Amino acid sequence: MRILRLAKAAAAAATIALSASSAQAAGGGIHYESQEWSFSGIFGTIDHAAAQRGYQVYKDVCAGCHSMNLLSFRNLEGIGVPEHTIKVLASEAEIESINGDGEVVMRQRLPSDPFPAPFANPQAARASNNGALPPDLSLMAKARANGPNYLFALLTGYQEAPGDMTMSEGMYYNAAFPGHQIAMAPPLAADLVEFSDGTEATVEQMAHDLTTFLMYAAEPHMDERKRTGLKVVLFLFVLTILLYFVKKKVWADLH
Amino acid sequence: MADQNAPHTEITNPLLKWVDDRLPLVTMMNHATVDYPCPRNLNYWWNFGSLAGFSLVLMIATGLVLAMHYTPHVDMAFASVERIMRDVNFGWAIRFVHMNGASFFFIVVYIHIFRGLYYGSYKSPREILWILGVVILLLMMATAFMGYVLPWGQMSFWGAKVITNLFSAIPLVGESVVVWLWGGFSVDNPTLNRFFALHFLLPFVILGVVFLHIVALHKNGSNNPLGIDTKGPQDSIPFHPYYTVKDYLGLGAFMTIFAAVVFFAPDYMGHADNYIEANPLQTPPHIVPEWYFLPFYAILRAVPDKLFGVLAMFAAIAVLFILPWLDRSPVRSMRFRPVSKWFFWVLGVDAVLLGWCGANAPDDVWMGLQFVVWSRLATAYYFLHFLVIIPYLGLFERPKQPPASIADSVLGGGTGAAAVAAAKPMEKA
Repeated sequence: MRILRLAKAAAAAATIALSASSAQAAGGGIHYESQEWSFSGIFGTIDHAAAQRGYQVYKDVCAGCHSMNLLSFRNLEGIGVPEHTIKVLASEAEIESINGDGEVVMRQRLPSDPFPAPFANPQAARASNNGALPPDLSLMAKARANGPNYLFALLTGYQEAPGDMTMSEGMYYNAAFPGHQIAMAPPLAADLVEFSDGTEATVEQMAHDLTTFLMYAAEPHMDERKRTGLKVVLFLFVLTILLYFVKKKVWADLH
Repeated sequence: MADQNAPHTEITNPLLKWVDDRLPLVTMMNHATVDYPCPRNLNYWWNFGSLAGFSLVLMIATGLVLAMHYTPHVDMAFASVERIMRDVNFGWAIRFVHMNGASFFFIVVYIHIFRGLYYGSYKSPREILWILGVVILLLMMATAFMGYVLPWGQMSFWGAKVITNLFSAIPLVGESVVVWLWGGFSVDNPTLNRFFALHFLLPFVILGVVFLHIVALHKNGSNNPLGIDTKGPQDSIPFHPYYTVKDYLGLGAFMTIFAAVVFFAPDYMGHADNYIEANPLQTPPHIVPEWYFLPFYAILRAVPDKLFGVLAMFAAIAVLFILPWLDRSPVRSMRFRPVSKWFFWVLGVDAVLLGWCGANAPDDVWMGLQFVVWSRLATAYYFLHFLVIIPYLGLFERPKQPPASIADSVLGGGTGAAAVAAAKPMEKA
């Protein structure tokens, strides 16, 4: 009985602790509506088709301003892009290299090379973007509280500024952005890209696919993590049940 | 089971016996982990000591592998952690185990401490055992704080900045002390380097103090839910197999929950800002420490004066050192202390409330009061509990009469968890 009571108290304490950390996570008091994601839940995995379309959006739209320095072309294997396609995609961009004679030359990128960055340094990025620095997107899906839902809300959140709001010069009104003034111009518009699988490129579709790709980029081993987890937790659960009976048997002669 | 306390193990292998006669490692291990007599009525709250030991070993093992792949340089630390997450074989698993292992280590240790508070495990003759435990807690806090700095994310950097800046509150030499801690004029590469070195060193210091903690434990043996001394062989059972198997069961349950968090919600207890690389020019809107520091953070912020805030925060731990002398009650277990028992639970609620205050901005309002007001009330109560309520109850509370012996309690039906062992009378005791 006492153990039950203590356990209940511990559970109550844990509930408060957990709600504390989720309150901590909710940023700026803006509510981000939960979307349906293929990767939600313990069985959720990255939808490869969506992630590939998302990569296309990144490459054709975002990559003009945003780097993804932690990603290499070989990482596209994880969303099902075939090896020969990866080679072609990599070779479309060049990278500085030093040849056998010690001269700096440009060569085609290989799958092991990183995604090309749009600007050589942060100063150059600011100079081309009205003083604002477009952040690196490698970890963006994890670097914001409620990441995927926030990203979707941000990408679809451009609106006319309310009449009573004075906007700073060169800023855009976005319902999802903390403070509602964002330096990034609305990046998505219908049919901005043409998906090779025939999916209609609405703003919502592109935002959804891009977020799926960014989630993959933020943690390329997520699917593997969950798959491994199912086996590990199941194993430990069964082991614990067996240990319970072992304990009972060992202690039986004491009672 | 008349011989259940008789030594289990005779060394039969002649070579092993020859070695053991000269270097008695096997005999020592046998005394400490096989024949070691324990009270027969320990409940499941006693599992958390071995779980804490397991957590320490797990942290050292995973930390060692992480150290092999980590680069303690401000320009490379963040990327090197991401490289572990992305390119090192099973690096993601090792890193998530280490990251969440810290949280679980604190969960286990906090339960272990509250168990000690409830059953009076700090009382004579276990004062030094308790004090060593508080030393371990302090070392854990230092280690965890420095470990959190290593990934060099935004919260790492700004957490380091806030906490090291606390030392500037020391009169006269504060500023110099902070520069000395930083190894420069800001949190920078020298700070990261030394934090890495110390984060590697301190766990082994903890291991040393844990060894002393166990030596002190084995001198007088475990306390028990009744809080009375073992009076003879009928009160105790050998550690092996009874408590080894019980500890394995506890470990299985712990590992199951731990694995579920590591594999399904590894970032749940973390903060999104730490996935942004440290930027000394951009302060995050809310600087929040890891959850296990939140109660102390609340105490720090409850006091308007910086120096006294820091002192209050350290006093919150320091008061634990003198607890054995603050509580004068001759009865250990709260089971027989009808009033203290309730104040124990109030302290538990107070600690959770402090944590909740630490997680929120001081100016935000909750249930009609600003969090800073809640923090002040909760902080005042925390010290009231240890400095007034406990000494007062120790002198004036009328405890109930504990049973004469553990075996009596077991045979006679006893109370609470001890009754579990009384389902059938002992046949051979």
